[in-house]
Amino acid sequence: MRVWYFSEMAYHPAWEEGIKRGSLRVVLPNSNYDPQIGHQLLNRYLDEFALCDEVGLDIMVNEHHSTSTCLTISVPMALAIIARETKHSRLLSLGTPIANRPDPVRVAEEMAWLDVLSGGRLEMGLVKGAPYEIAPANSNPANLMRRYWEAHDLILKAMSTTDGPFSWEGEFFHYRNVNIWPRPLQQPTPPVWMTGLSVETGRMAAERGHVVGTLLSLSAAGPMFAAYRQRARELGWTAGPDRFAYAAVVGVGTTREEGRRRANLAADYVRTSPIVAEPFTNPPGYNSLAANIAMLKADGKRGGFVRDRHGNPVDQTTASIEQLIESGTCFAGSPDDVYNQIKELHDSVGGFGNLLMFGQGGFLDHADTVANITLFAKEVLPRLRELNPEPKTAVAAE
Amino acid sequence: MTIQTLSIAGTSLELIERGCGRPLLFLHAGEGPAPERPWLDLLSQKYRVIAPWHPGWGNSPLIDGNGTVDDLAYLYLDLADQLGLENATLVGACFGGWVAAELMVRSTARFTQLVLVDPLGVKFGGRDERDIADMHALPRAEYLKMAWADPARGEIDFTKLPDSELAAIVRGREAFALYGWKPYMHNPRLKRWLHRIDRPTLLLWGAEDRIVTPAYGEGWRLAIPGARLETIPQAGHFPHWEQPEAFVAKVSAFLDAGGPG
Repeated sequence: MRVWYFSEMAYHPAWEEGIKRGSLRVVLPNSNYDPQIGHQLLNRYLDEFALCDEVGLDIMVNEHHSTSTCLTISVPMALAIIARETKHSRLLSLGTPIANRPDPVRVAEEMAWLDVLSGGRLEMGLVKGAPYEIAPANSNPANLMRRYWEAHDLILKAMSTTDGPFSWEGEFFHYRNVNIWPRPLQQPTPPVWMTGLSVETGRMAAERGHVVGTLLSLSAAGPMFAAYRQRARELGWTAGPDRFAYAAVVGVGTTREEGRRRANLAADYVRTSPIVAEPFTNPPGYNSLAANIAMLKADGKRGGFVRDRHGNPVDQTTASIEQLIESGTCFAGSPDDVYNQIKELHDSVGGFGNLLMFGQGGFLDHADTVANITLFAKEVLPRLRELNPEPKTAVAAE
Repeated sequence: MTIQTLSIAGTSLELIERGCGRPLLFLHAGEGPAPERPWLDLLSQKYRVIAPWHPGWGNSPLIDGNGTVDDLAYLYLDLADQLGLENATLVGACFGGWVAAELMVRSTARFTQLVLVDPLGVKFGGRDERDIADMHALPRAEYLKMAWADPARGEIDFTKLPDSELAAIVRGREAFALYGWKPYMHNPRLKRWLHRIDRPTLLLWGAEDRIVTPAYGEGWRLAIPGARLETIPQAGHFPHWEQPEAFVAKVSAFLDAGGPG
């Protein structure tokens, strides 16, 4: 198993105010952001990413917009710095919200540039993005997935075409001369990742051989991975564990108490993440017809994506660390505890070859984060590597 | 209520036709036609009302799975041709008012009068002013306060509706966003061509509409040659729902007079 360390580079000093106003995102004015504190935090977070390279972890970066929960506003910008500060870690962009980007060719250029800069260490997530990303991008939610797939196809074509220029006159994007320089080091493209929570996403990822990632909820991961494996079998190939990724908050300590304390602090990410002004939580067309009917029937009350082992929604904003361990949202405790929790979840969903480790969140400070990363890499990572040996050659997407 | 499905320009369109007399094509609001509300019965006592569900609402499929307001304008011109409408009245409310204006700047041949009811579709103010309230940034309770003089009348108990009606509501919301997300609920070029509407035009406005205010209606009045603006008291963004009798009285007074007085 590969483990990808990840932090949203939060600006937690504004969370209390955001909670008071009922939204940490979109409508919380940026007067609540102190750029001097932000300067310290961004540099600190980048130091923590750099540490991962020394201890043998891989690295993942994501992006959000107009929010106090995540101050990474550009994956390529962050990864450009991290690529220069690291030598061995693979670098996962998870990812670029391509249906919210006006210029897919620019995305292809940036990803190719990162791949060349890093010596072919890039893994490239092309993601739908969260519902509350629609407002900052002002992208149309009603045809989001049509635009997603057109951008996806164009990006992969731009990265893998070596005898350009080619023209593209689609439903959403129009170019007369696509011929990106540089082209990526990994041919035809770096490995491609998708994310989601649904069985449908599992099937769509399988049809393209992409890695699929899901997060924080045991009950979503099982059906999604199963749908992927099934679709791969229908198409005549076997999906290995390297096609699957699971994201969870991880807190490890020399004692169970220390690990739980760290996870409990980092888990504020899970608790604050859904606090968003209501109109931005479900833009029309973002969620399926069936999901919307269910929400209307429930009088607008929607469950978050954290669910217990029986599929019942867990209130993310108030969940205890015990509940979050139970739902597969957190792995927490001593190195043995953490390994055993990961192994149990791994086995219950049919295996996954990638763990996305929320190893820092909110109020988990630098010293604790360094200890969390270091102890995990020393005591847990070697055992996870044995749990599921990596395939000898990485399977790139078609 | 009898719902017909017509094939127009290679797509299918669901509509209700009710009443007899002069034909009146009614283009519905973003929230849908709501034929169960009294406006339709009252209007069809005087006119032959033809009320389609725009592509994406009800069971009318989107055109080619996507589409713009331009497509709707051409679709309804084709519908008017196919039905052989002569001396017809075109009425459009809210989003339907936008579609009606787009239709009329293309051709007024089949219509002798136009009634726009709290229409969306045009931008008069500066780039940092909002002409049209951002309905998609408002909690539902706030939205109802802005769209209705009496918000209680706009409330819907979704938990009591059958799945088929909920599905229609969800599809309609999605279609409304599809056509109007960006630029928000307007066509930046439409104002430039409103002068082409060479038919008597009545702008009917809910006096308490805060989605698009009567002041915005004044912009429309100035942009369409000879148009008249009248307000309906105790009505918000949907006067045909909130004050159906006053709405039908205003429409018929205008049509009976054969144009603006």
